[in-house]
Amino acid sequence: MNSQYPNNASEMPDRLHGPLARMLASWEFLLIIVAVLIFFFNTQASPYFLDAWNLSDATFNFTEKAMIAFAMALVIISGEIDLSVASIVALVSTSMGFAVQLGFDTPSLILIAIAVGAACGAFNGFLVATMGLPSIVVTIGTLSLFRGIAYIVLGDKAYSGYPDSFAFFGQGYVWWVITFEMVLFMIIAAIFYVLLHRTSFGRSVKAIGNNPTAALFAGIRVPRVKFMLFVLSGIMSAIAAICLTSRLGSTRPSIAVGWELEIVTMVVLGGINILGGSGTILGVFIAAIVMGMVTFGLGLLNVPGIVMSIFTGLLLITVIALPIVIRRARQRVAN
Amino acid sequence: MKSLTLSRDALLALALIALVGLVYLRFPAFASPNSLLGVFNDTSILIILALGQMAVILTRCIDLSMASNLALVGMCTAMLNSALPSIPIPILVFLAMFLGALLGSINGILVWKLDIPPIVVTLGTLTIFRGLIFLLSEGQWVNAHEMSPAFKALPRLSIFGIPALSWFAILCIAGMYVLLTRTHYGRAFYAVGGNPNAAVYTGIDVGRTRFNAFVLSGALSGIAGYLWVSRYAVAYVDIAAGFELDVVAACVIGGISIAGGMGSIGGAVLGALFLGVIKNALPVVNISPFWQQAISGAAIIVAVIFNARSERRLGRIILKKAEQI
Repeated sequence: MNSQYPNNASEMPDRLHGPLARMLASWEFLLIIVAVLIFFFNTQASPYFLDAWNLSDATFNFTEKAMIAFAMALVIISGEIDLSVASIVALVSTSMGFAVQLGFDTPSLILIAIAVGAACGAFNGFLVATMGLPSIVVTIGTLSLFRGIAYIVLGDKAYSGYPDSFAFFGQGYVWWVITFEMVLFMIIAAIFYVLLHRTSFGRSVKAIGNNPTAALFAGIRVPRVKFMLFVLSGIMSAIAAICLTSRLGSTRPSIAVGWELEIVTMVVLGGINILGGSGTILGVFIAAIVMGMVTFGLGLLNVPGIVMSIFTGLLLITVIALPIVIRRARQRVAN
Repeated sequence: MKSLTLSRDALLALALIALVGLVYLRFPAFASPNSLLGVFNDTSILIILALGQMAVILTRCIDLSMASNLALVGMCTAMLNSALPSIPIPILVFLAMFLGALLGSINGILVWKLDIPPIVVTLGTLTIFRGLIFLLSEGQWVNAHEMSPAFKALPRLSIFGIPALSWFAILCIAGMYVLLTRTHYGRAFYAVGGNPNAAVYTGIDVGRTRFNAFVLSGALSGIAGYLWVSRYAVAYVDIAAGFELDVVAACVIGGISIAGGMGSIGGAVLGALFLGVIKNALPVVNISPFWQQAISGAAIIVAVIFNARSERRLGRIILKKAEQI
């Protein structure tokens, strides 16, 4: 990117601010401030907030959703969207429940989950990348289809009776209050950070989001990259489904219903441009923690879940509207 | 272009007739005029919503908040009716429409004045409206006995042998037809969706037109809100939850191009009826209602594949204003 600037790059208008100023003005820094404010507010609002075990429990609010959000971030950066993720969670969970009834053990359950998730993602990817259909409609269709299959299999029943060893993924602790899910969340975040910001694959994802035609002419195999992103999204949904199913210990077809909207909110809050092309994994990481803490803090104050959704919705709109309003105000002052 | 959408509507109509024919083979009474009128009546609310969604999609936007708007307005009218039963029902219907339009205008303002992508705006208002219902009702239900008899009677009122609920849908279809084909207000929807840059040069305000589309979809959601609550004679937080996807599905099946600028009233109505027939036919042919969601999902995918073929690669990019980036 730097090559487009001549030697006197420091004279370019967008380089007038030093590195520190740019960091302070960045989206991630704003999010960190919000996170600190919410943390402080929570400690004041409830004496139970600063308990290690409570905080540990609070991480369950976001770890599973955030795992999917990382993959969703990449999909959105590439200019597409995947609204079927929560339905993939339901279908994967149902497949695992079905396999348990047939007597499969824990390692096979994991393999089945990943395979089903990848297959669902590949189906989306085939329709979007190979056939060139609009992802928003395709994934609304598969949202109905995948969860619909879970309903056909389960109806109003539920699967339970998962093996004891399976419980570790959602209920296990690695050390003291550090849950297995928390560790997995950290590892996945690191992997996605490297994938998006340090590999040519991540570069091509951004290039596609900025300008698919230019990316194609630059030699990027656009359909293949998009296909892989949808498969990735399916696999991450499967991993989240393993954790969630293990934590709940049972499967109903309505599992994880409505998650797709929360995950998109998380991603957008994390500073990923909904129009594609830009965003960072660090932003999504902090946004996940912010949303988790808001939910947890309001929960401690006995605020019902549905009222929390008002906060989520307002947060989503405000966070997008604010920079636009500020930019306009600045322009008006400049003029 | 016109012959293309016409033939598409004809094909969809044939598919619909074939579907009814298939059910007829298993259960002849399903195809009787009375039973078909029942299906139409049952689908009326979906038709009304699909018409509003269509206007929004025509302008290259999407309104995911319709079902929440419906539920919020429904709860408001139900609570208003139980508190003040003396308010005449026509005024209540008008209020419902006005309130819905007001909620829709919130979406419209955010899209128009702040240029926030419609999918983000309506995702946000979807959750906000739903949460407001809880705050308003404190989680309580408004049950049938709390509503006035006139409130519950209107959708069932028979006019020329057809229930008023169906008449609402017919009036909305007729009104939208006139609006979209005979007024500059409606033609602007097509112009903005077909090519926003060209629309600007012809003197159309793109943002304002989108705002108009959101107000229209809000007003129709508001009417649907009253109809829903009075028809089922109950109002609670979760009514019509997830229905926004059915509405988008009806539009997609009806051949409304998600890339904007293409689609017909006939398509939206047939798309809604297609889902309505499936929903009503499943119990008749002894298939568990749990199949419904998967079938409508499959129908959306088939429809979108079909749409893409007929419009070739006209509108691939849906989240992006291609010319402006």
